Amino acid sequence: MSSVRGISKALRSKFGKDIVETKHGSFMAFTLSKDLLKDVVVFLFEHHFKMLIDIFAVDYPGRKARFELNYSFLNLKDNTRIHLKTSVAENESLPTITDVFSCAGWLEREAWDMYGVTFHGNKDLRRILTDYGFEGHPMRKDFPLTGYKEVAYDQEKQEVVYKPVDLTQAYRDFDFVSPWEGPQYNASKKDDK
Amino acid sequence: MRARKMINKTNEDKNVILNLGPQHPAAHGVLRLILEMDGEVVQRADPHIGLLHRGTEKLIEHKTYLQALPYFDRLDYVSPMSQEHAFALAVEGLLKCEVPARAQYIRVLFAELTRILNHCLNIATNAIDIGATTPLLWLFEEREKIMGFYEAVSGSRMHANYFRPGGVAEDLPEGILPEIKSFVIDFVKILKDVESLLNNNRIFKQRFVDVAVVSAKEALDWGFSGPMLRGSGIAWDLRKSRPYDVYDKMDFDIPIGNNGDCYDRYLVRIEEMYQSVAIIKQCIEKIPGGAIKSCDTKISPPDREEMKISMEAMINHFKLYTEGYNVPKGEIYAAVEAPKGEFGVHLVSNGGNKPYRCRVRAPSFFHLQALEFMTKGHMLADVVAVIGNLDIVFGEIDR
Repeated sequence: MSSVRGISKALRSKFGKDIVETKHGSFMAFTLSKDLLKDVVVFLFEHHFKMLIDIFAVDYPGRKARFELNYSFLNLKDNTRIHLKTSVAENESLPTITDVFSCAGWLEREAWDMYGVTFHGNKDLRRILTDYGFEGHPMRKDFPLTGYKEVAYDQEKQEVVYKPVDLTQAYRDFDFVSPWEGPQYNASKKDDK
Repeated sequence: MRARKMINKTNEDKNVILNLGPQHPAAHGVLRLILEMDGEVVQRADPHIGLLHRGTEKLIEHKTYLQALPYFDRLDYVSPMSQEHAFALAVEGLLKCEVPARAQYIRVLFAELTRILNHCLNIATNAIDIGATTPLLWLFEEREKIMGFYEAVSGSRMHANYFRPGGVAEDLPEGILPEIKSFVIDFVKILKDVESLLNNNRIFKQRFVDVAVVSAKEALDWGFSGPMLRGSGIAWDLRKSRPYDVYDKMDFDIPIGNNGDCYDRYLVRIEEMYQSVAIIKQCIEKIPGGAIKSCDTKISPPDREEMKISMEAMINHFKLYTEGYNVPKGEIYAAVEAPKGEFGVHLVSNGGNKPYRCRVRAPSFFHLQALEFMTKGHMLADVVAVIGNLDIVFGEIDR
């Protein structure tokens, strides 16, 4: 635990007010602007955070910078983890960190594929999980769960073709949340916006 | 300069693009691999993944926490309970709910059975990829027995849906513990037999020793975890470094390799199975009685019998299986040492009954990414050995 405080102190003395510490129960997260990201990642790498655990995005359509990118790092020497959070808008891009961590390549490709976040400097920013020629970014909150296209085998053309999704029954998303505000039951819901 | 250009051009012409998969028995699933070959030597390997992409993360955003659990069985379908474990730990972390001791022991017991289940498949298929048939026949028989235990506790051989946030779904059936104990005692003998077939086998060693050597630095750079990381000589295991459930009460060792080649990773997996057997024996010895799920009625469903007599239990049951439970707002990252490596679940909750975002950190995703640098300069036949040795399962890579 002391080493976590050590690194947070080091980060604050190096980057000052531009980096904000938020505590998320079990882990330490730092919120920073995207321009600072690369420097902080290099700084962490030089301070024994030798392993990149994950990069992923979260979509908040209501915010101005709607994508929150979450980077997590592991320090095997002190057994500490650090998460970095930065936000980007739809038409902005982030610096790649593939030159610091090789495994960032596919993670950035996935963030691009699923959310449409671009990374400048990544030489291989192709789609990764979706089909060849796929359009759109499926993990965005405004992308419908059922998608837009489906594949089917066309008997006449003797090949697999794409056609618009046609469901015999429309997808139903039931809202089961109880409207009843009990004394304790919805205690956790009160701080919800 | 012109001459050089011409030479380069002929070199390029010499390279052959080879498409391996997506339907190929040695691709271990639906892997499409584009190989650029100079004769028999691999120059470039470009895995095309996503053929098994089912949008698990997106689907989970539309499901309650309890409904999301079965998706985890279907990620890495070779070690289902380990992924459930990660999700259960993440939800418990947000709910801050206590898990009874008996449930923790059951989970550790089954997580280790799952490790054996996974490593059996990996070693067997890896061996058959390079020509050894017998280990497959022997180890699949053992896998079948473990799946029998799965069925005994959950009613399902593979997709168990057994670990739940707050504990496990049901208590162990009577008499299963002595059965598991006699199984592991016999299993050690089978494993010794498999070792006697492979460890000093000349063909096996020729195909594995000094193939796809990964240094400790490279292993970290590519985000390796689990046996892939330990094979390169880094003693790192989440069961020791960040113990969850009752792993801190267990006495076991972490095997590590020296050379970081395929052979070392194979040996690490073999030794891990012996260690799993040791953990299973300790669990059976120490397992206490008592409850198997959290006593918080807003999280765990009531007993069937109780529902027949208690109105309150009936209401709770109905609410749990329609509305689910609300999870406090917040974020959490929970990771387990799955058989393949660090399997993590990052949950973002907005206080509702469905996760706002559920990120799955799959170890195989990282391992497959490193395939290119591991196979560069190796023969085509080595690619097959390396893919098997990576221990990849497409369910969790494509998600």
